Amino acid sequence: MPAVTETREAVEKLGQSTYKWGFETDIQMDLAPKGLNEDIVRLISARKNEPEWLLEWRLTAFRKWQSMKEPTWAKVSYPPIDYQDAHYYAAPRKKEGPKSLDEVDPELLKTYEKLGIPLHEQALLAGVELPEGETARPPVAVDAVFDSVSVVTTFRKTLEEAGVIFCPISEAVQEHPELVRKYLGSVVPVADNFYAALNSAVFTDGSFVYVPKGVRCPMELSTYFRINARNTGQFERTLIVVEDGASVSYLEGCTAPMRDENQLHAAVVELVAMEDASIKYSTVQNWYPGDSEGRGGIYNFVTKRGACRGARSKISWTQVETGSAITWKYPSCILQGDGSVGEFYSVAVTNNCQQADTGTKMIHIGRNTRSTIIAKTISAGRSDSTYRGLVRVQPKASGARNFTQCDSLLIGDECGAHTVPYIESRNMAARIEHEATTSKISEDQLFYCRQRGLSEEDAVGLIVNGFCRDVLKELPMEFAVEAQKLLQISLEGSVG
Amino acid sequence: MSQFLEISGLCARIDADGQEKQILRGVDLTIPPGEVHAIMGPNGCGKSTLSYVLAGREDYEVTAGSVTFKGQDLLAMEPEERAAAGLFLAFQSPIELPGVNNANFLRTAVNAVRRARGLEELDAVAFLKMAREAAKSLSMAPDMLKRNVNVGFSGGEKKRNEVLQMTLLQPSFAILDETDSGLDVDALRIVAEGVNRLRSPDFSALVITHHQKLLDYLVPDRIHVMAKGRIILSGGPELAKKIDQEGYTKFLAEAA
Ligand SMILES: Nc1ncnc2c1ncn2[C@@H]1O[C@H](COP(=O)(O)OP(=O)(O)OP(=O)(O)O)[C@@H](O)[C@H]1O
Ligand SMILES: [Mg+2]
Repeated sequence: MPAVTETREAVEKLGQSTYKWGFETDIQMDLAPKGLNEDIVRLISARKNEPEWLLEWRLTAFRKWQSMKEPTWAKVSYPPIDYQDAHYYAAPRKKEGPKSLDEVDPELLKTYEKLGIPLHEQALLAGVELPEGETARPPVAVDAVFDSVSVVTTFRKTLEEAGVIFCPISEAVQEHPELVRKYLGSVVPVADNFYAALNSAVFTDGSFVYVPKGVRCPMELSTYFRINARNTGQFERTLIVVEDGASVSYLEGCTAPMRDENQLHAAVVELVAMEDASIKYSTVQNWYPGDSEGRGGIYNFVTKRGACRGARSKISWTQVETGSAITWKYPSCILQGDGSVGEFYSVAVTNNCQQADTGTKMIHIGRNTRSTIIAKTISAGRSDSTYRGLVRVQPKASGARNFTQCDSLLIGDECGAHTVPYIESRNMAARIEHEATTSKISEDQLFYCRQRGLSEEDAVGLIVNGFCRDVLKELPMEFAVEAQKLLQISLEGSVG
Repeated sequence: MSQFLEISGLCARIDADGQEKQILRGVDLTIPPGEVHAIMGPNGCGKSTLSYVLAGREDYEVTAGSVTFKGQDLLAMEPEERAAAGLFLAFQSPIELPGVNNANFLRTAVNAVRRARGLEELDAVAFLKMAREAAKSLSMAPDMLKRNVNVGFSGGEKKRNEVLQMTLLQPSFAILDETDSGLDVDALRIVAEGVNRLRSPDFSALVITHHQKLLDYLVPDRIHVMAKGRIILSGGPELAKKIDQEGYTKFLAEAA
């Protein structure tokens, strides 16, 4: 059919120019030499002025990593990565951590301004908080991570008053070593997998959140990651601990400049929810996806896992993945506490030559644990997308329930979508439901919208957003709007 | 001055599983401003195809003929440009858009068209007020605006939703493709009233129908009979009554 051909051709036309976050910032960098060995691990640890136990922890991870192999089971393909050909430490050169706006490199501020993240209120950056009632929308505290280093965290005072700790993890190592030591690696062990081991050895920064007993975090917390430097890997480490009856909503966003070469991003996120605690973790991932021929783009190999340790605790992952050349990511929940709840809501968009292998793992250990998985996959161009999900029910998890819904939407006929569910139930009484659908944006739908005056692009945006609605409505309000726009931009040129 | 809508010698075909299938075989039809015309004709003669070709559906290949709409070459325009220029098609089978909120869809469409026509866009509040009133005038339940576009709508509800869209988009030329099919008697009257409310010297319509009943309400200026991809006969409203009584066979035989 002619329109389908046109759609496909238009998808192919989508090139670099459509990635709107592709600028590079000219900033003085402090760079470690290329390569990875024990000396580099020691250098990172020394730069961060870390205690001995952490250096040992890193070295253990590094030695384990050396004996591990890159996983090959995911449905993604890429040339071998030379792990010696990257810098493992890159930091914007600056004086001792910025305490006020004047100390933040103005180039950096400009970058964040261009990105339009809530940092732009200069007053916030300086730590001068607006008087009560002066913000039209609820404030969001932001931790901005530039290459490997956290450059600024806003709203710290308000949070401190509530008892919430929100700071770069490197700082938490100094200020709250007992907390970090207790929980770091407790959800994702150092040798959990190849990329997690690599991250454990060389992570440079990331966010740390601690919400004490009974506290509802008074505002959304958000981390903004940006890769800027050339040939650097980014290995951030996030650790969120929420005590009994406490709750937090956390959002991370990410972008990177356009580069011809591929850049490696291997993050680890660990969540710990105690009794009656709840953690909502939302991601809007928009790393540079590479150009239309598949040149450049971020390799996104991420390990995210949450432990529902306490009874009735709840962890909810929501992700909107539009970027990266390759995405390898399975945010998981270990449902240990009786009656604990795990949720995974995902939208993964691939266009051009992007590849995504993403999904979740729900491990039911406690009684009456419940999990919900809603995964929406959208493929366009020559891209390939796989949902891979595991639901495991342990023998003691009586009354466990899972509901999984996987829907794929194809745009054009050169892309692929695959659903790979693994179900392992060792408890006869568990209830596991799985539903899957695959559909195309039909020419009928497009024509109907266009007859009503919508451009083809707006029509695709509307239909795609409709397709993703069950996931988008899980995002915090402010970010839902942003995510909707991002979906449309990611598919820009996929028609007309 | 050229006519409002002028179709001449229009031929169109479709590629069905590798087979070229000629559907329109030289349609001639002229509709002056302010007039309502009806097309009748046996199943499969090409009525819906004509409406799709006028609206710009790309599956159909126009092989000959021309269409001018308000002096413009209609066939050279994109579907959305035709909509902006004032053309509206009420689909014989309205399409479902899962997950897309009806009010949101309508507002996006209305604002797209308003933008193209150089009008100010409507904010959510102003739009909702307008949409609720329009829905009420068509006796539609208020929750129809909150539901997903046509998803789970009954046959009659879908048709009413088409008329709601028409009311809000304020076209200057509407094609109603069997909008009366599947409507109960009350709905038929309500829908006809909806169309009649739009009637003005600046509004024309082409009504495709199999039933005399709708035409009783609309009182068309002209009736055209289509067979095998052509208009074979045109006349006044009395023609419809004759068809209703005698069927198509006689006309087709006479025209052959
Ligand atoms: N996409 C298509 N593929 C194959 N054949 C088609 C297609 N569209 C239309 N046709 C054929 O063209 C002819 C005209 O169809 P059309 O829908 O225009 O008829 P109609 O006059 O509207 O009929 P009805 O009164 O039943 O609605 C029919 O024979 C139909 O099968
Ligand atoms: Mg028809």
